[in-house]
Amino acid sequence: MANNENIKDWYISNFKSFEEKLNGQSQSFFHKFRKDALIKFSELEFPTTKNEEWKYTNINPILKHNFNHAFNSVKPVITNEEIQKYLFSGFEFHLLVFINGIYSEELSDINELPEGVIVDSLNNVLKSNPELIQEHLSKYSKVDNSFNALNSAFSADGYVVYVPDGKIIEKPLQILFLNGAENDEVLSLPRNIIIAGNNSQVKVITTFYGYKKNTYLTNAVNEIFAGENSIVDLYKIQNENSGAFHIDKTDVYQLKHSVFSHYNFAFGGKIVRNDINSVLGDEFTETNYFGMYLGNEKQHIDNHTFIDHAKPNCVSNELYKGILDDDSHGVFNGKIWVRPDAQKTNAYQSNKTILLSKNAKIDTKPQLEIYADDVKCSHGATIGRLDEQAYFYILSRGISPEFAKSMLIRAFANDVVESVKIDELREQLNHMIFEHLHRVEI
Amino acid sequence: MAEVRAEDFGSEEQAKIVEDLTKSDYKWGWETIIDHDTFPKGLSEEVVIAISKKKNEPNWMTEWRLKAYRHWLTMEEPVWAKVHYPKIDYQDISYFSAPKSQPEFESLDQVDPELLRTFEKLGIPLEEQKKLAGVAVDAVFDSVSVTTTFKKSLAEKGIIFSSISEALHEHPELVKKYIGSVVPYTDNYYAALNAAVFSDGSFVYIPKGVRCPMELSTYFRINNIDTGQFERTLIVAEDNSYVSYLEGCTAPMRDKNQLHAAVVELAAFDNAEIKYSTVQNWYPGDKDGKGGIYNFVTKRGACRGKNSKISWTQVETGSAITWKYPSCILQGDNSIGEFYSVAVTNNFQQADTGTKMIHIGKNTKSTIISKGISAGKSDNSYRGLVKVLKNADGARNFSQCDSMLMGDKCGAHTFPYIEVDNNTAQIEHEATTSKVGEDQIFYLNQRGISTQDAVNMIVNGFCKEVFNNLPMEFAVEAQKLLAISLEGSVG
Repeated sequence: MANNENIKDWYISNFKSFEEKLNGQSQSFFHKFRKDALIKFSELEFPTTKNEEWKYTNINPILKHNFNHAFNSVKPVITNEEIQKYLFSGFEFHLLVFINGIYSEELSDINELPEGVIVDSLNNVLKSNPELIQEHLSKYSKVDNSFNALNSAFSADGYVVYVPDGKIIEKPLQILFLNGAENDEVLSLPRNIIIAGNNSQVKVITTFYGYKKNTYLTNAVNEIFAGENSIVDLYKIQNENSGAFHIDKTDVYQLKHSVFSHYNFAFGGKIVRNDINSVLGDEFTETNYFGMYLGNEKQHIDNHTFIDHAKPNCVSNELYKGILDDDSHGVFNGKIWVRPDAQKTNAYQSNKTILLSKNAKIDTKPQLEIYADDVKCSHGATIGRLDEQAYFYILSRGISPEFAKSMLIRAFANDVVESVKIDELREQLNHMIFEHLHRVEI
Repeated sequence: MAEVRAEDFGSEEQAKIVEDLTKSDYKWGWETIIDHDTFPKGLSEEVVIAISKKKNEPNWMTEWRLKAYRHWLTMEEPVWAKVHYPKIDYQDISYFSAPKSQPEFESLDQVDPELLRTFEKLGIPLEEQKKLAGVAVDAVFDSVSVTTTFKKSLAEKGIIFSSISEALHEHPELVKKYIGSVVPYTDNYYAALNAAVFSDGSFVYIPKGVRCPMELSTYFRINNIDTGQFERTLIVAEDNSYVSYLEGCTAPMRDKNQLHAAVVELAAFDNAEIKYSTVQNWYPGDKDGKGGIYNFVTKRGACRGKNSKISWTQVETGSAITWKYPSCILQGDNSIGEFYSVAVTNNFQQADTGTKMIHIGKNTKSTIISKGISAGKSDNSYRGLVKVLKNADGARNFSQCDSMLMGDKCGAHTFPYIEVDNNTAQIEHEATTSKVGEDQIFYLNQRGISTQDAVNMIVNGFCKEVFNNLPMEFAVEAQKLLAISLEGSVG
């Protein structure tokens, strides 16, 4: 099915059978939300490269597949032992596992949590605490393109993290998304919500892995609310298989004195698109974006970030680094928007890319849009290869070319990797970088 | 003793400066009453043919204009720039206006005295300029070239410096060969419109091995109500040649918006260098945002030959709306493209300007230095593209885009596009946005320098890198213009 119009109709025509499988939810507010999104989906067209926001990312290969909703796909049997190799280890954590976007209670392991804290699947929370979802759903993330409309319309599950005022979840949450099916091209649509109350703290590590070789589409939407004085860390480690497509939209809303940090490590996927948007909704908030994208073979990785300085006295820091090998193609689009009254804003953005091979390619578009005068904003972008002088120097000390290159790669990646606050995670990420680039690890 | 704090200067003084800024009026507004041979409003194939006939153009030129016109009809007005203005009614514009008599002048006394008085008001002492500064002035009054000086001494070296209409008669083969070769009429909406109805402009041809002995300059003026100005400039520098071209504009004050859609084409061959400098000070509209020029310009230079170099320097202080991206296509190996720009916006001015550097040849280099200053309620955007193609080994680019904000009602934006398809490229881009530093003003104050002088100094320092690249005569004028544009704040 090569035609966009056809694929759109195909998804719409599947809605009926999807509805039937929901057994008895048809009157709920959540189902109304789905139906509204379906209307939006039918009005929207999948973006083309003529759309400024999708200028460098051609999604036509994604539209050539008829992805099957995880409900219709045969659920793969996975054991606890098999899960282990996908997990980050060496530290204590609460574990949630999702197979093709649907919660797997038997594989998950949530131990004792502070009183009032909710860490569960969206489906369960919709039953136990629907008001909570109703209050926050679609409040921070609005439907604005076909992908997130599709996610909303067919949304079936995801994770919910709710931390009440003053509570702290000490151990990080590790949330594993295992995707892919044996004989099927499956559609995984996680819908995730993190609500951090005033003075609360939470660390979330989300990991996306390809489980089977088959092509599949992960199309996720994440909504995050950071209350006053809260500290929220969200790590996203994306390592889908090489035939998979991955689309992800994260919308964050921050209140006074909150600190939100996003760590975005993109390893896998054939076509990857991440949208990370933050609204700094009150004074004295801090936002940190760290990103690392690694491309090999014919991978296409597109990162879009948008920081909306809506109020005065806020700080944002952004550092995105890429290493592109083989025929891979990287895209970075970072926008800092300072609204008219957001005086005393400090916003920094930096994007650096290394092209390891002749056929690697990068398109970058750092943007500043500023409407207040008493601000300090800057952005920088560099593109190049590994420093030849440094390389020569290392070689002259008798170090092998392979090792020398790895040293330079490690040095380049260092400031992003070092930003990771969980020590064990940091080392494992470093390992993944070298593994993905097929280089000697140091 | 009262405590002196930096913030005091920051708030009150700053507010006063901004207020003064918005008060400063356009000084060079007047109008010459001169008999015009003006076409009725409207655009059609007949009008295009009539313009061509009026200028006695060869048939191929008329054909080319018609093709451009037909193509223009199929195009849509671009809306992607960060500027807002009421929709232009292209049928409400007169597409031709020329001073009635147009004899070829050898000396100044033959020139209409009314015209000479206008130039005097503009501060162009034609009589003196011949001898002084070594500048040959091809003054374009409205649309038709009226007087050309120093032509003879240039002719001796084989340099052609004339109006395009003249060149069409005297060197049709050259014009035919190069016109539309860098900016084809299919390029964009305004380039197509320009190709269809361009009235006149300058043509410069530097033969092989010739170094143009003087700065060539042209003064464009818009001086007839409701007449769009469609200039077309073509500069060709053959192998091993050099030319420096200066373009400057002022326009009388008026109420109705005026459309200006110029095209500038530059072609540089092996080892040739073209330096193109602009000081643009058209009427920006009054402090309520009424009136002002719409400046939609397509400027592009092609470094066709090895080791060729094209350098754009611009100081943009005028126009209600600016839409302008002087570009360099770096085709020849080792060719160099440069872009130095100061863009100042005040009141309700909107500027969306920048450059494109397209690296095609090997070891090509480009430098972009852009300084934007916004005041009042204006919007100032830098929009640029650096593109390195697959085979452009060893490409190098350095970009620096700085913005300065004066007042809390204005906007400063940066939209750089960087597209790299070759791993030997080395690209650096940097952009900053800030306001005039309170600490800097405080420092200068305590050295006995008034706040206004201090701001003047800081702004001039901010723009220094660009001014340094202007020819001497223009550097002085540019600083004056900046002072007028930011008057009140700077002295």
